[in-house]
Amino acid sequence: MITKRIIPCLDVKDGRTVKGVKFKNLRDAGDPIELAAFYSSEGADELVFLDISASLEGRETFVDIVTEIAKEINIPFTVGGGISTPEQVIRIIKAGAEKVSLNTAAVLNPDLITASKKLLGSQSVVVAIDAKKNGDIWEVYIKGGSENTGLNALEWAVRAEELGAGEILLTSMDTDGTAEGFDIALLKEIGSKLNIPVIASGGAGKMDSFLDAFNRGNADAALAASVFHYNKYSINELKQFLSKNNIRVRR
Amino acid sequence: MIGLVDYGTGNLTSVANSLDRLKVNYFKGSTASELSVADKIIFPGIGEAKTAMDSIEKQGLTSFIRSLRIPFLGICIGLQILFEHTEERDTDCIGVIGSNIKRFDESSLKVPQIGWNKVSLKVNFPLFDGIDDGEYFYFVNSYYAPLIPETIAVTEYGVDFTSALQKDNFYAVQFHTEKSGIVGEKLLKNFIELC
Repeated sequence: MITKRIIPCLDVKDGRTVKGVKFKNLRDAGDPIELAAFYSSEGADELVFLDISASLEGRETFVDIVTEIAKEINIPFTVGGGISTPEQVIRIIKAGAEKVSLNTAAVLNPDLITASKKLLGSQSVVVAIDAKKNGDIWEVYIKGGSENTGLNALEWAVRAEELGAGEILLTSMDTDGTAEGFDIALLKEIGSKLNIPVIASGGAGKMDSFLDAFNRGNADAALAASVFHYNKYSINELKQFLSKNNIRVRR
Repeated sequence: MIGLVDYGTGNLTSVANSLDRLKVNYFKGSTASELSVADKIIFPGIGEAKTAMDSIEKQGLTSFIRSLRIPFLGICIGLQILFEHTEERDTDCIGVIGSNIKRFDESSLKVPQIGWNKVSLKVNFPLFDGIDDGEYFYFVNSYYAPLIPETIAVTEYGVDFTSALQKDNFYAVQFHTEKSGIVGEKLLKNFIELC
């Protein structure tokens, strides 16, 4: 059977990795290409790059970085952030990415999911959902979490699958950045209704949080940024821990 | 020189980058006449079978591939298009391999299969020279090849399926060898040097 995946995520802004810069005793998280090569050699199963540049220049730089990263690493990677047209999808794939991650644009224009699926096959189309619990339901936020669409996250995830998503990157805005563990309730709620893999995101802290995401949340993969950027533990250590706890991982 | 088949939608870049890392010379070609000077052919792929077959037809490559006598390596969709037919949008393929591609059973599995899975070798073929039995390779697929006489490696995802095959000069792998870390690059090197 397939292994559970550990996926470091790099947020890139104007050519630099931005998460973690305020922590001083770490690798300067400045060069995404170096970090990519490092994580790749350390046993990461996949990488995710998100472009959070605000400017057009920043976005152009980003495509160059994708090209450079693709030359360096021999593991799969997903690219997202601001992708809103089939032309941009093609451009990112031609630069060497395996998958595109669609978020805001997919909500505003769900046809983009289907168009991307037709171009690439659903396996290369990741729909990223930023969800926050309001009352009893999780709602979908867009534009970097700044705008509540009022869409029910569960319904949106099911629809995204129907439209052609091959994978859901599910970020809980409630746990993101807390380092207190992934949002197990959200993972259970959405994962159980889907037939496609779910990547847990938001809240990775202790190594136990990954175990929980896999065992209790039934996630297929888990994504984290800070724990790896801040070198809390290495990917290798994490995989040893998971393996000891009977989670099947690639080593 | 290695000819890389360019059919528009496929992800040529990843394979090209792998070949660059291996310091192997190659060229990209999209027509039979361009590719006819190659001494080995690699057919890379992500993508969708129907789109791929449409391009192959349009570029006049169906009979070219079928009649190849030089070593051919199909990757992912490049494995599936060698079969007679695929359930993916009910598509007729090239027909080098007399069997059909099926869809994974969605009632019991997450489809697509995405991730690293174990590849069990049936016997030691040159393609897997120096690669241990049970190594992990990276898979991304919703459709699979059943076990056939040409199967040389097997992987399990709900069912046992063909993760690598060989028929005469035709080699093919279901996994993305160009994205399978060091072992994946070893396989690519084996194809170039030993097959």
